[in-house]
Amino acid sequence: MQILNFLKPNRDNIKNYSIIGSFLVLVSLIDVISNAFLKINLTFFLPGSLTTLFPLIIGLIGLNMMRIDYSGNKKLDLLNKNINTNNFNALLTLVILFSIIKALPQSLSWMIFDATISGDSKDACTGTGACWTYIKVWFRRFMYGMYPNEFHWRINTAFILVIALGFVGYFMKENLKKYLALYYVIIYPVIAYLVIYYLISGGSFGLQWVETGAWGGLSLTFIVSFFCLIFCFPLGMIFALGRRSNLPAIKYISICYIEFWRGVPLITVLFMSSVMFPMFLPEDFFMDKLVRVIIAITLFEAAYCAEVIRGGLQSLPRGQYDAAKSLGMGYWKMHIFVILPQALKLVIPGIANTFLALVKDTPLIFVVGLAELAGMLALAKTNPKWLGFAMEGYIFASIIFWIICYAMSKYSYNLEAKYKTER
Amino acid sequence: MSDPIIKIQNMNKWFGDFQVLKNINLEVEANKKIVVCGPSGSGKSTLIRCINRLEEHQEGDIIVDGNELSEKTKDIEKIRAEVGMVFQQFNLFPHLSILDNCTLAPIWVKKMPKKDAQELALDQLKKVQIDDQANKFPGQLSGGQQQRCAIARALCMQPKIMLFDEPTSALDPEMIKEVLDAMVSLAKGGMTMIVVTHEMGFAKEVADEVIFMDEGMIIEKADTKEFFANPKSDRTKLFLSQIL
Repeated sequence: MQILNFLKPNRDNIKNYSIIGSFLVLVSLIDVISNAFLKINLTFFLPGSLTTLFPLIIGLIGLNMMRIDYSGNKKLDLLNKNINTNNFNALLTLVILFSIIKALPQSLSWMIFDATISGDSKDACTGTGACWTYIKVWFRRFMYGMYPNEFHWRINTAFILVIALGFVGYFMKENLKKYLALYYVIIYPVIAYLVIYYLISGGSFGLQWVETGAWGGLSLTFIVSFFCLIFCFPLGMIFALGRRSNLPAIKYISICYIEFWRGVPLITVLFMSSVMFPMFLPEDFFMDKLVRVIIAITLFEAAYCAEVIRGGLQSLPRGQYDAAKSLGMGYWKMHIFVILPQALKLVIPGIANTFLALVKDTPLIFVVGLAELAGMLALAKTNPKWLGFAMEGYIFASIIFWIICYAMSKYSYNLEAKYKTER
Repeated sequence: MSDPIIKIQNMNKWFGDFQVLKNINLEVEANKKIVVCGPSGSGKSTLIRCINRLEEHQEGDIIVDGNELSEKTKDIEKIRAEVGMVFQQFNLFPHLSILDNCTLAPIWVKKMPKKDAQELALDQLKKVQIDDQANKFPGQLSGGQQQRCAIARALCMQPKIMLFDEPTSALDPEMIKEVLDAMVSLAKGGMTMIVVTHEMGFAKEVADEVIFMDEGMIIEKADTKEFFANPKSDRTKLFLSQIL
């Protein structure tokens, strides 16, 4: 690299150097792009290995010529500061850039240009690209599982109702705001449960009964995640407070609970809930498999939530407790008005983390025979009529999971910004 | 002579093996102002934290306003509501506005109607001259303003006794004055006060009695004039010679 030293710019010639430098980088980019997209080798006159290295070398020289501590040109400085601090970083920048460009045409043609979406059987997919027909044909299964087609409106209605009820908090009158927590922790889950029970399960009001074994697809992902999320948070809060309690009984029960659930893998918990648990129940007592699974995941995730919330509680200075106590507040008043509002704010990133992990753990319920989105994929790819399209299915599922999780994390950033307080 | 509002008898306190307070005897009559001084680590703060039971003592009796403090004390919250406390680090609630800081306890502990509590809070904030900051948050205020707000917050509970735990130690020299002014006017209003401080000027101006502590013991306890004019123990003389 010493040989490049004479190409170092100084403040006087930076203008010319940066023009030549950007020209060289441009040449290297054009070479790679034409190679990747047009299959034209502009450097055919060079011997074999040099042809592949040519854009890299040219690009490096170009970037080297543009590198200067401070030029006064905002864009150039930004570039130098972020991707062009030294030769190694410049090399990394170019390698990453070129790899993306090289990979782009193949993935684009597979996903879009050569892909098939028309038709409604496997025969339509004759091209070399992806077979989106598969997703199209199976779309309803991926969304609703084995739920009968003619009743899908029931799931849609139930979800719209539940979401609408979730927004009630925004429109609550000022004097009812103090019941907000009560609403979200107790009333809302109960109403949501009733809505889902009567609409999706049916069995009354002239709606046909659909057993939970037929539920599936993305809607099941939502149902499981939804109930686990709203139940595991308050439960985690209780155990977090319990673990810091002065009463030994409560403290050790909380510690045992948290350590037990953190110590076992979710998959065994799910097996236990569906296989072992019913053996301990009395004969005539029946609890639906889905309910058992939701309870199992809730208890499991509550332990994680508890530890996250405990972290927040511990990060508050002792003075806050002292001040609240000195004003005559008892344990509950102190926690409800002073400690928890501050601690929960601090743990928003941690809670979001736990919740995202929870959503992505839901595919595990496949092991007990409940086929949510990823489970339906596993079923669909083994269908004899549609063999060989696992790739399309998994890409579809990852896009959907990514959208859900990205939305959740964006929302958590919003919450963080909204409740930010200066110390 | 009236009954003392705070009575501490033969009180001992340990942190683990370390004895922080040794055989403390103290009586404070209503409306008296006591200044507690002494080097750091002498147990001054621990002593006044024991008075509203933020710290538990192991031996001896503490009687506050006729209630004995011990593990058996029920309704410790009721006693604490009668004893206001101001901390070195202000300890305002950063998630609440200044006004809400002041109204929180009156509304939820004393069950005061919200309107009355707000009126009371604004009144108290006016006395410490920060009523114009009522809707700001603690993080937006200067240290002196925060400490005055903390005083107002404690006063909103209309306590019988006020405890000050080095209220000016975390402040810039310029802001110390505004906080001391607020405390002086409170003292002139007849509040019973126990103040842990190094501000000897404040002690001379308002204190009825000064207590000097070292190594967990009360070394000297005297009327203010007497304390500064002819201190009895050598330790006190040394201390005074160093800080005056």
